[in-house]
Amino acid sequence: MTHLQEEGARGSRAPGNARRMPREEGAGRLHHVPPGGEVPASVAALEVAAVSHFYGRSQALDNVSFTLAPATFTVLLGLNGAGKTTLFSLISHLYDTRAGSIRVFGHDIARASGEALRRLGIVFQARTLDLDLSVRQNLVYHASLHGMSSGEARERIAAMLEAVGMSERLNDKARSLSGGQMRRIEIARALLHRPQLILLDEATVGLDVKSRADILANIRNMVARSGISVLWATHLIDEVSEGDHVLVLHKGRLVADGMVRELVRRTGTGAIGEAFARLTGLDAPGETGARP
Amino acid sequence: MSTGWNAASAPDTATVPALPRNLGLRQYLICLRGICMREGLRFIHQRERFVSSLVRPLMWLFIFAAGFRQVLGVSIIPPYRTYVLYEVYITPGLCGMILLFGGMQSSLSMVYDREMGNMRTLLVSPFPRWFLLVSKLLAGVTVSVLQVYVFLGIAWFWGVKAPPLGYLMVLPALFLSGMMLCALGLLLSSLIKQLENFSGIMNFVIFPMYFASPALYPLWRIQEASPLLYKICLLNPFTYAVELIRFAFYGQVEWLSLGIVAGLTALFLGAAILAYSPTRGLVNRKQDTGGNG
Repeated sequence: MTHLQEEGARGSRAPGNARRMPREEGAGRLHHVPPGGEVPASVAALEVAAVSHFYGRSQALDNVSFTLAPATFTVLLGLNGAGKTTLFSLISHLYDTRAGSIRVFGHDIARASGEALRRLGIVFQARTLDLDLSVRQNLVYHASLHGMSSGEARERIAAMLEAVGMSERLNDKARSLSGGQMRRIEIARALLHRPQLILLDEATVGLDVKSRADILANIRNMVARSGISVLWATHLIDEVSEGDHVLVLHKGRLVADGMVRELVRRTGTGAIGEAFARLTGLDAPGETGARP
Repeated sequence: MSTGWNAASAPDTATVPALPRNLGLRQYLICLRGICMREGLRFIHQRERFVSSLVRPLMWLFIFAAGFRQVLGVSIIPPYRTYVLYEVYITPGLCGMILLFGGMQSSLSMVYDREMGNMRTLLVSPFPRWFLLVSKLLAGVTVSVLQVYVFLGIAWFWGVKAPPLGYLMVLPALFLSGMMLCALGLLLSSLIKQLENFSGIMNFVIFPMYFASPALYPLWRIQEASPLLYKICLLNPFTYAVELIRFAFYGQVEWLSLGIVAGLTALFLGAAILAYSPTRGLVNRKQDTGGNG
């Protein structure tokens, strides 16, 4: 952990959000919540502790640790190949965590994956809508994967499509949607089961500037209004705002964890872009940033 | 049409976090129904898949069986009480063929797609992984069984008819056999990298299993021709699936086949669930090409 990581526990909070996590909660102490148990208000949204991961002999993550407070928007910043998708796959239990531990609202993803996954909404980097099915059929399928009854699913689908401004595309085939519209449907789908933490993996990749800005602004707005925690993975520096909590992942290692202002100050640079370049060695000649 | 987000009104009511419900039996059934419904919808939308799945057994029935009717005589063997046409004899094997192709195709896609959207979406559900995989296999089998009944309908018009009650009695046998074949497909393609494509499965699994079985000729004939092949047939799980289906058409239970198919279904399912890992395919590809973020 670098000296910058100390700041990470605070996260960027939604304006006006009353919920606060005590500073020491984010400093690495792991909480355990029994399966089905109530989650104390002070429990971190996400605790990643000493996580490493290998693909064969190739190390993708090296001793990564950080904590996200509830109701915060955090940017996971890293170049392609940095390990962002691997980290997301571990948090979402697609891969087994072999070294270290991950807790979602106090529930260990390895031991109580059901409890953890119920609190998690995920937008994958690759498109995951079934193109042959309609928007409604895609969302009904997701609702059933969370055990939602038909009536509840209907209500939630209507509400979430309203939220992302896609109500009128309910019966359209997913294939007929634009890239930005598909993303909005995927975000609606990720929110359908009332998760408390949303992971978005390069959610704006392949979208035009307006769609990107639109999605990012609305996710930030959602955090502010609803108190959901968001972990936003990106390699695009312009998606980071002044007040954000940023995790910088580089070659599988967490090289910085802190507020933007703090990162800029500590690296002795003038802006987050420069700080990122400094932290990842991109300002050094011949550096590509990708894992060897 | 609305084009923008409605963040001003919706999130307060729509996305305020609420502790999700406990997952009880009802939720499990909802999940299973959802997975089956989706598989069915996909099948309906992919008409060419439906047609091609029927063309194969119908070719065997209309062309192969007609040609070989005079060459291959079938004596009176259980469950038949009279001489039967060759078309009648091979119909249970063709039902098995549909299950074999459908099951292998479905389980292969589960392995190949483990990094893709569909399986990822499925596997991040809060239900246990074993339940999700079994549900997915069951959904695939359901679609294959529907194909079998469409095939039987066409065969009926062709004059290949089983006792009316047989069409109902064969249903459990079809499901059980389908599950065994699906689970076997998932196990093999999870464990053996070379079988991660359909041609590998076709050449090394489907064809050997199909031909080394009583699907096309009775076992006693095989025994006469080659004792070694006969022994191989006895080691082939598909042999017992075909016999189970054949006897079920006539309202009879072939207990040995039932026991073997049920036992192997449990064995293959357990092993397939243990062997299925979303990481495996990625390990291979990461080593080949490097990976993304």
